[in-house]
Amino acid sequence: MLEYFLSLLILIGAAFTFIGSLGLVRLKDLYTRLHGPTKATTLGVGSLLIASACYFSIYGENISLHELLITLFLFITAPVSAHLIAKAALHLNLPSLAKLQETEMNDEAEIDPAGAIEKNQDTDTRNAGQKTKPTDSLSDRT
Amino acid sequence: MLTLSIQIAFVLVTAAIVLSFWRLFRGPDVPNRILALDTLYVNTIAILVLLGIHLDSALFFEAALLIALMGFIGTVALCKYLLRGDIIE
Amino acid sequence: MTRLLPHPLLTPILAVIWLLLNNSINPGQIVLGLIFGWIIPVLTIQFWPEAVSIRKPFVLIRYTAILLFDIIMANFTVARLILGNPDKLQPVFIQLPLDLTSDLAISLLANSITLTPGTLSAQLSEDRRYLLVHALNETNPETLAATIKQRYERPLKEIFESC
Repeated sequence: MLEYFLSLLILIGAAFTFIGSLGLVRLKDLYTRLHGPTKATTLGVGSLLIASACYFSIYGENISLHELLITLFLFITAPVSAHLIAKAALHLNLPSLAKLQETEMNDEAEIDPAGAIEKNQDTDTRNAGQKTKPTDSLSDRT
Repeated sequence: MLTLSIQIAFVLVTAAIVLSFWRLFRGPDVPNRILALDTLYVNTIAILVLLGIHLDSALFFEAALLIALMGFIGTVALCKYLLRGDIIE
Repeated sequence: MTRLLPHPLLTPILAVIWLLLNNSINPGQIVLGLIFGWIIPVLTIQFWPEAVSIRKPFVLIRYTAILLFDIIMANFTVARLILGNPDKLQPVFIQLPLDLTSDLAISLLANSITLTPGTLSAQLSEDRRYLLVHALNETNPETLAATIKQRYERPLKEIFESC
């Protein structure tokens, strides 16, 4: 019975880890690719670690909870690294498939949403050789 | 049952590592490669944890913890370098 | 008092982390964990100048439960989207106006947004009034912004800022 539970946790974890990396290959631009690893991989590795904690608590000599530490650490750091990668990509003006939407109706429109994004235009040359993707709406706006 | 599911899990996680390597070599630019490295270290933690259960050894925990710490610091340093052109200001 | 114990909450958290790291509850380890929990905040006070206060602990517990549930649902949503047809996705950037002012609350909100269904916080504007959020597949940006504000921002405001 317990063995089935552990097997289920391990299989779920491995499947989510695989799906997260599959997203890295299948999706079309960097910003959508960021979603796969940050979500799927956190839960995937999280459930593998919980399976490991259960396994060593039951079959080992004493209760083993230190796997929770890695889970906790991954849950704190995964969003931070995703945020930093997105920020670096915006800084380099990477093309994006996404449209920019104004959510607020009041006249804040002149505040450039991507304010800091356009700070250095000279990095454009770095992306000049990029394959043409659907319009880069972020830099179209400015 | 447990042995079989661990073997299936090994196959899936190894495939995940191969996919991350594909993105790492394919690029096409630096942020994509950083993302691939980020995914790669999380996948490495997964395979170390599986190996720990498979070999019934708790020793792999320390390695996984160190990879988690170092991988996060590496991602932050690389992103910081892209953002500022410098890591320690 | 504030010089000797700058962050009262940090001490038990660090002690628990030390016990987890050592995987034991020996009395000696508990004492050592408490000593580390006391000495680390004292030595690193320069990095954390402002005090953290939690006004409503029960709201925090409920928020954590909602967040955990949403994270699990988010994984299934994103997994379905990845396995589906990637050409049909409609990614969108939205601007989220922020009501929060404290640093900790804003960073917690950004982390929650990244961990929950199909959204990713990409950038905080210079004046800390807007958060640029990327959504993986969203046809209705207005409802998304309203959901985020109502589900995550309001409890955080209750917890960390007096209203």
